[in-house]
Amino acid sequence: MYQYDQYDQRIVEERSRQFRGQVQRRLSGEILEDEFKPLRLQNGLYMQLHAYMLRVAVPYGLLSSTQMRKLAHIARTYDKGYGHLTTRQNMQFNWPTLEGVANILDELASVQMHAVQTSGNCIRNTTSDQFAGVTRDELEDPRPYAEIIRQWSTFHPEFAFLPRKFKIAVNATPDDDRAAVYFHDIGVKLVENGAGERGFEVLAGGGLGRTPHIGQTVRKFLPKEHLLSYLESILRVYNQFGRRDNKFKARIKILVNALGIEEFSRRVEEEWEQIKDGDMLLPEEEIERVKKHFAPHAYETLPDSDSELAALALDKDRAFGNWVKNNVRPHKVPGYASVTISVKDKEIPPGDLSDYQMDQVADLADRYSFGEMRITHTQNLVLADVKVSQLRELHEKLVAVNLGNANANHIADMITCPGLDFCNLANARSIPIGMRIIDRFDDIDYMNDIGDVNLKISGCINACGHHHVGNIGILGIDKQGVEHYQLMLGGSAGNDASLGQIVGPAFTQDEIVGAVDTVLQRYLKERESADETFIHCYRRVGMAPFKEALYGDN
Amino acid sequence: MATIRDGKIVEDTWQHVADGEAAPEGDVIVTLARLRQEGEALRARAGKLGVRVGSDAIADEIGDEVKDLALVAIEFPKYVDGRGYTIARKLRDRFKFEGELRAVGNVLRDQLFYMHRCGFDAYELQEGKDAEGALEAFQEFSVTYQGGSDDPRPLYRRR
Ligand code: SF4
Repeated sequence: MYQYDQYDQRIVEERSRQFRGQVQRRLSGEILEDEFKPLRLQNGLYMQLHAYMLRVAVPYGLLSSTQMRKLAHIARTYDKGYGHLTTRQNMQFNWPTLEGVANILDELASVQMHAVQTSGNCIRNTTSDQFAGVTRDELEDPRPYAEIIRQWSTFHPEFAFLPRKFKIAVNATPDDDRAAVYFHDIGVKLVENGAGERGFEVLAGGGLGRTPHIGQTVRKFLPKEHLLSYLESILRVYNQFGRRDNKFKARIKILVNALGIEEFSRRVEEEWEQIKDGDMLLPEEEIERVKKHFAPHAYETLPDSDSELAALALDKDRAFGNWVKNNVRPHKVPGYASVTISVKDKEIPPGDLSDYQMDQVADLADRYSFGEMRITHTQNLVLADVKVSQLRELHEKLVAVNLGNANANHIADMITCPGLDFCNLANARSIPIGMRIIDRFDDIDYMNDIGDVNLKISGCINACGHHHVGNIGILGIDKQGVEHYQLMLGGSAGNDASLGQIVGPAFTQDEIVGAVDTVLQRYLKERESADETFIHCYRRVGMAPFKEALYGDN
Repeated sequence: MATIRDGKIVEDTWQHVADGEAAPEGDVIVTLARLRQEGEALRARAGKLGVRVGSDAIADEIGDEVKDLALVAIEFPKYVDGRGYTIARKLRDRFKFEGELRAVGNVLRDQLFYMHRCGFDAYELQEGKDAEGALEAFQEFSVTYQGGSDDPRPLYRRR
């Protein structure tokens, strides 16, 4: 993974010092709260319903075991003993004090981490595929480009006060998209052109929130050396022309749609013409320098293990077999596999990890996966490089710390936003609904029968839980002061991007879990075979059968 | 209100002149509208001439008109309005503006570093703020990743 040199290190240390000074000036009254707000936000510090929340940046979700132990230490020392995995592959702490935060930043800097630009109207943490570098279906590892973008966007002087927040994702898988590049302000897809050269397709204007949009192509093929000047041109057009009069119309998706993609692209290209051949040209040596940090691990030479993996999925120990089937995927190196550690359990808010679990996972990463782990945007963890021969051992150890659930990519493996338990914008709670759904589908055979499906829950229209792109989406609304939930079907965040549609009138808290079950039972009746997943079945039969199952004929 | 130029607190010789008000002796800053109307007369005066533009000004549209003035003041109506940063960079980088580029309005210490990187060299600090303390802002970072108008080379050309 990327290792800081003296420059990177100095930047995080200087930031930590700067923030400590800002806090002191805030506490002395020299800075007003209104002036302090964007400063703390650009350092990941939010004011939530009950307390401050600090969001720590985990670039493209990649963490070393040393870093994870530091997060455990922070959870224990400065918080209530847990942290929360976010949809931007970061980790957030819900209970730090303002004075504590300056110390937390020093602690983070000591392990090459920070909280820079994890909120505020600036360029946020760049995300990528959680299986980057180990998956068979990628052109090349996208993380070096995500890191190059991270460095370019860190303290970018021109783009610290954009109309609104700005999110970039990078992927490199032509047939699958785990990074949701179509739902980002900018999506960067590593592609190959007709001549077999590698470059990027650049998308802009995707996003969720109140008015969801699917990103559109600004440029089909961008040579690699122009990556940063092109991003800079898009940001510059946005910074000048994005709306600032209404925060609900301030995201770049609104600008792209108001101008139309042709005019938007024309302005970007015009800007780019002026700067493309300047100092921002990305030299091959720089790409190579960053790539070296992501060189493959020292894998052992082992025989092919695909058939062994298939056999393990049928293991007579069904807890283990199911876990292999649902949570383990083949690796590009023979003899290895990638493991998704589910952080979805009926007893615990989805995505919450205790300090003890963090320490344990760090130990397991050291022992079984070259000391690295990843956070996924679905609020789970991944150990990407585990020997197939050690899967059983690993599973036992995960079960011992309550992280051995076999529900990855299934109905219990949901995304939930913080909702009314933490968020001051919420209409309804998300977390307890999520936990009740996990509980409802506790029977692994039933869950397996339902197969691949994803559920996403947001506590309000701001869509932090990505409900628009859930195969099943749940949106919390307020109906005369009572929490209600709208059910949506048919969304997808992948290459086959689509937005879910509302089925009908909203459900109460007591009804919504049953409604999800009703939909899934109907799916089991409607599907042509077990190979037809929920989303495929929905696309074939449409909304009507589900509507009927939920509301009857009228 | 203190004026900072090139990292120091300075005695300010410039005067902002409102539309409709007669231009006094000395160095004056007028609005863009006035520059357009009375440009010739203003340029013929003895003192230096500067212009003040709003954050909604588009650099590509005003660049040629303002690029040989002695000063361009860019307004920050609220410090969270970040358009001024792009105006500054484009005036410096594209129009090769070499006069004084001054941030005016809601100008606060914690934005000075970014402003400097985008090509500003002078700042009218918000009334009531500690100007001595604000000077520290320019030294808060000794390394930067990206190029700016201060140094166009990204760190990868300096590493
Ligand atoms: S979706 Fe709404 S309730 Fe949930 S975290 Fe976002 S703003 Fe808060």
